[in-house]
Amino acid sequence: MSQSKAPVFQEIVFNLKRYWSDRGCIIQEPYDVEVGAGTSCPETFLRALGPRPWRTAYVQPSRRPADGRYGDNPNRLYKHMQLQVILKPTPADVIEQYMGSLEAIGIDLRKHDLKLEEDNWENPSLGAWGVGWQVMLDGLEITQFTYFQQCGGIDLELVPAEITYGLERLTAFLQGVDSVYDIEWTPGIKYRDVRYTDELQYSVYNFELADVPTLWKLFEIHEGEAKRLLGLYPDAEQKKRFPLLATYDHVLKCSNLFNTLDARGAISVTERVGVIGRIRKVAVAVAEAWVNQQFEQQEHAA
Amino acid sequence: MNLLLEIGAEEIPDWMLAGALDYLGSAIAALLKEHHLGDARVRTDATPRRLTVRAEGIIAQQPDAEERVWGPAKSAPATAVAGFAKKQGLEPGQLEILSDGKAEKYSFMRKIAGRPANAILAEALPQLVLKTPFPKSMYWTGKGGVRFIRPIRWIVALLDDQVIPFEIAGVPSGNRSSGHRKLGAARFAVTYENYEAKLRENFVILSADERRTRIRAVPTKYKCDNDLLNTLVNLTEWPTPITGSFDPEFLDLPKEVLMMVMRHHQKYFAVETPDGKLAPRFVAVTNTDGDPEGLIRHGNERVLRARFNDARFFWDADQKRLLSHRVQDLANVTFQAKLGNYFEKTERTSALVRFLSNDPHAERAALLAKADLTTELVKEFTELQGIIGGLYARAQGEPEAVAVAIYDQYKPAGMEDSIPRTEAGRILSIADRLDTLRGCFRVGLIPSGSKDPFALRRAAQGIVKILVEGKLRLPVRTLCEGNPQLEDFLAERVRHYFRELRGFQYDEVNAVLASGWDNLPDVEERLEAVRAVRPTEDFELLAASFKRIRNILKQAQFEGSGAALSERLLENGPETELYETFAAVRAACAILTDYHSRLERIASLRPKVDLFFDKILVNAPDPAVRRNRLTLLHTMLAEFSTIADFSEIVTNSPLTKGSE
Repeated sequence: MSQSKAPVFQEIVFNLKRYWSDRGCIIQEPYDVEVGAGTSCPETFLRALGPRPWRTAYVQPSRRPADGRYGDNPNRLYKHMQLQVILKPTPADVIEQYMGSLEAIGIDLRKHDLKLEEDNWENPSLGAWGVGWQVMLDGLEITQFTYFQQCGGIDLELVPAEITYGLERLTAFLQGVDSVYDIEWTPGIKYRDVRYTDELQYSVYNFELADVPTLWKLFEIHEGEAKRLLGLYPDAEQKKRFPLLATYDHVLKCSNLFNTLDARGAISVTERVGVIGRIRKVAVAVAEAWVNQQFEQQEHAA
Repeated sequence: MNLLLEIGAEEIPDWMLAGALDYLGSAIAALLKEHHLGDARVRTDATPRRLTVRAEGIIAQQPDAEERVWGPAKSAPATAVAGFAKKQGLEPGQLEILSDGKAEKYSFMRKIAGRPANAILAEALPQLVLKTPFPKSMYWTGKGGVRFIRPIRWIVALLDDQVIPFEIAGVPSGNRSSGHRKLGAARFAVTYENYEAKLRENFVILSADERRTRIRAVPTKYKCDNDLLNTLVNLTEWPTPITGSFDPEFLDLPKEVLMMVMRHHQKYFAVETPDGKLAPRFVAVTNTDGDPEGLIRHGNERVLRARFNDARFFWDADQKRLLSHRVQDLANVTFQAKLGNYFEKTERTSALVRFLSNDPHAERAALLAKADLTTELVKEFTELQGIIGGLYARAQGEPEAVAVAIYDQYKPAGMEDSIPRTEAGRILSIADRLDTLRGCFRVGLIPSGSKDPFALRRAAQGIVKILVEGKLRLPVRTLCEGNPQLEDFLAERVRHYFRELRGFQYDEVNAVLASGWDNLPDVEERLEAVRAVRPTEDFELLAASFKRIRNILKQAQFEGSGAALSERLLENGPETELYETFAAVRAACAILTDYHSRLERIASLRPKVDLFFDKILVNAPDPAVRRNRLTLLHTMLAEFSTIADFSEIVTNSPLTKGSE
C-alpha cells in the first residue's frame, strides 16, 4: 500500500466536504449538543421531516459512553467522528455519487472490493428507522447507508438517503495503520496527540465517577423542560416562532444522559425499555410538532 | 417469441433473491397461460443487482375468441331490445333468441379479437413486478410511492427485438442493461440472444451455479459451509476468491470465537489443516476480477487482525472475574419483565435440575450456566452464549463435565442440531427450557398462531427431542405442573416431533399417545412396534375390530361393571374360543418384553374376534349374558390399549362401516 501518499485525517475531511459541497450540500459545522450519532442532530432528524428538499453534510463527533476503552483499544472510541451526508430527496445515482466520494479521497475502486451488505437501521428512542446497507471495503465496514422511512414515528414525505462515514476507520484504512491512535491527523501530529486524553478522562468519568443520582436528576430536569415546552406548543399564538429546536435540545440531553447511565451500569434491562420509551415519547412529540410548524409556515407563506 | 425481463435494482439482500425469483417465474408463467399466450418455458436468474426472467415460446398474438352476451328476455318490450342492441353496436335483427338454460333471451356471439402479447405484457408486468413479496420493503419516490425491496434503477423488457413499453416508479423499460458497478459499463444495449454474453463482457455472471463454481475454484482447501457459500454467491456479480492469513498466535483463542469472527462477521471461509485443526488462513470472496497487487488481501487481513485483537481483549478482560463470582451479577440482568432476572431463573433451573437428577455436575453447571451473559465476549458475540460459558468454565478449572454441560446448554439449536453430548448437559438443557415454558405459561405469555416471541415452540421441541433421543425416562407430563395448557402445548410438540421429524403416520401417533405419553422413549418404542406390525394382514383388520368394540361399548354406555368375567356364562364355540385365545395372548404378553412381539400376538387374535362378531350377538336377551359379553370386550380393550389405542388407527376395512 502506498502509505506515503495517503492523505492525512483532516485532508480526508476537507476532500469529502468539498466533494459533497460540489454536489449541492450545505456544509455545516458539528451540532453543539452532545449526540450518539449524526442522525440525532436536528439537521438530520428534524430536516428529514416535511416536504422541503434538503442537502447537507457535516462532521459530527459522536459520543458512545459504553464504547469508551480508556484509550487502550485500537478500534473503539468513546467519541468518534462521523461525516454525515443527507440527500433529500435521494438522487437516482446516489450510489454512484457515493462511490465517487471514495475515489475523491484516493481509493481506486477498481483495485478494491466494495460490497453493499444488507443492514437496516433503527433508533427506537427517536422512533426512526430505515433500510439500507453497510458498505464493506476489503472486509471493513466504512459507511452506513440508509434510506430513511420514518422519523419520530412519521412516514417521510420525501425519502432522504443518509450516508454516514466512520472517519477514523476510513482514515486508518487509507493510511494502513492498525490503531486509530496512529492515524496521522496532520503532518507530524497523530490522533493520539489530539484525542487520547479525551478517551481516558471520559472513560474514567463514564465508568467510574459519574454520579448516578445526579445523572438521573439531570435526566428528569431535561425531560421535564421538554415536556413543559411541548405542553405549551398546541396553544401557542404564533406557532412559527415557537422554540421547538430548543425543546429538541433537551431531548438530546436526555438521550446522552441515558447513554451515560447505561455505561455506568445503572440501567437494568427492564428499566431500559421504559427509559427508551420516555425519550421516544418526547422525541416523537417534537417531530409531530415540527411537522405541524412546517405546515403552518407554508400556509403563512402561501 | 422470447421474453427478456430484467429488473435492475440497487443491491438486494442476498437471502431474498430466491424467494423473489420463485414468485416472478411462476407469476409470469401463470400470466402467459391466463392470456393464452402459450406454454412458455420460463427460467429465472438473479445477481444482487438484477432479477431476470426469460421465457421462450410465447405466441405473438392471442388467438381470437368468442363470448356469448345475454340480453333482455324474449318477453321484453321492443324498446328494451333495441336499447340492448344499440349498446352492443348492433341492429335488433342481428340478435338471436336462445335459452340460457332458464329462459329464452335475446343474445349474440361477440367476437373478441386476440391482442398482441406485447400489449398484454406491457399492461400486466408493472403490477406483477410490484407484487413481488419481500420480507421488508421500502418506498423511495416519496410518501405513498410504490414499494419494492430496494430502488429500481433500470428495466429491460424485450419481446424478441421489441421493447415492451411500461414504467415502474418513473423508470421506463428499454433494452439497456447495466454491468458490474466498477468493472462494467453503466449502460449497454442487449437482445434476448446476447443478454448473457453482454453481461459477461461487463463482468456480470448471470448464472448462480457458475458463480458458485468460481468461488469453489480456489487452490486453498477450505471448509465448505453451504449457507455461507450461498450468501456469497448472492452477494457478488463477479466473484473471485482470495486467500489470506493471520498470525498463528491467535490460534490460542478458542476455535469457536475465531470461526464466529471469520464466518459471521467477515463472511470468510475458515481453513483447516489435514488433521482437522484450524489453520491460520482464510478464504475471502471478493466481487472483483482479481487482486494483483494484494491490496484486497492486505485490507482483509488487517480487518481480521483488528477483530481478533478485540476478541483477545475481551477474553483477557473476562478472565479477571470468575463465572462463579459473576452469578450474583445476574440479578441485574432481566430475563423477562414478568419473570424476573437471570439470578432468579438460575435458582429455579437449579432446583429443577436437582429434581430431575442427582448429578452434582449438572447442578454446578446449572448454577454457572447463565453467568457468561455478563461477560464482554458474549456481549460482543451473543450467538456464542453458552459456548463461551463452557470455555470459560474449562479455563477456570471447573470439572470437564460441568464445562461440557454449560457449553451444550442451548443444544439442540434447531431440529437438525444434535442434542447435548452428556447426560448432565441434557438435564440442564431440559431444566432451562422447562423453566422458561412454565414461567411464560404461568404469566400468560402463551404462543398463539404465528406469534411466538419467546420461541416457546422451539424450547418445547428441544425438550421432546432430548428426552426421546437421550432416552431419558423423565415424567414429562408431571413436569407441566398440572397446567393443562402447557400439557396440550407439549403434547402438540410430541406429535409434531414424531410426525414431521420421524415420519410416523398421524393416526399411529394418535393411537400411541392415547395410551399415555409421560415416558417419551417408551412412546418411541411403542410407535416403532406399531409401524412394524402395521403392514401385516391381521393388524388393520384387528384395529377395525377394536373400533367396533369401542363403538359397541359406547353405545351400551358400558364402562366396566366392576364384576369379573364369568367363564360360566360364556357360550361354547366362538365366544369361549375368543376368551381362551385372549387369555393365552394376555399371558404371553405378560412375559414378552418388547412391544413388537406383543403386538404380533395381539394381532393374532383377529380371526377369533371376527368369528365372535360373526356368530355371537352381544346384545343377548339375558341381561347377565349381555353384561358378561360386554365385560369380555371391555377387558380385552383395556388390556391391549396400554400400547396404543387401536381404534385410532385409520383403516380401509369395510368392517369399520358396520356397527352393532
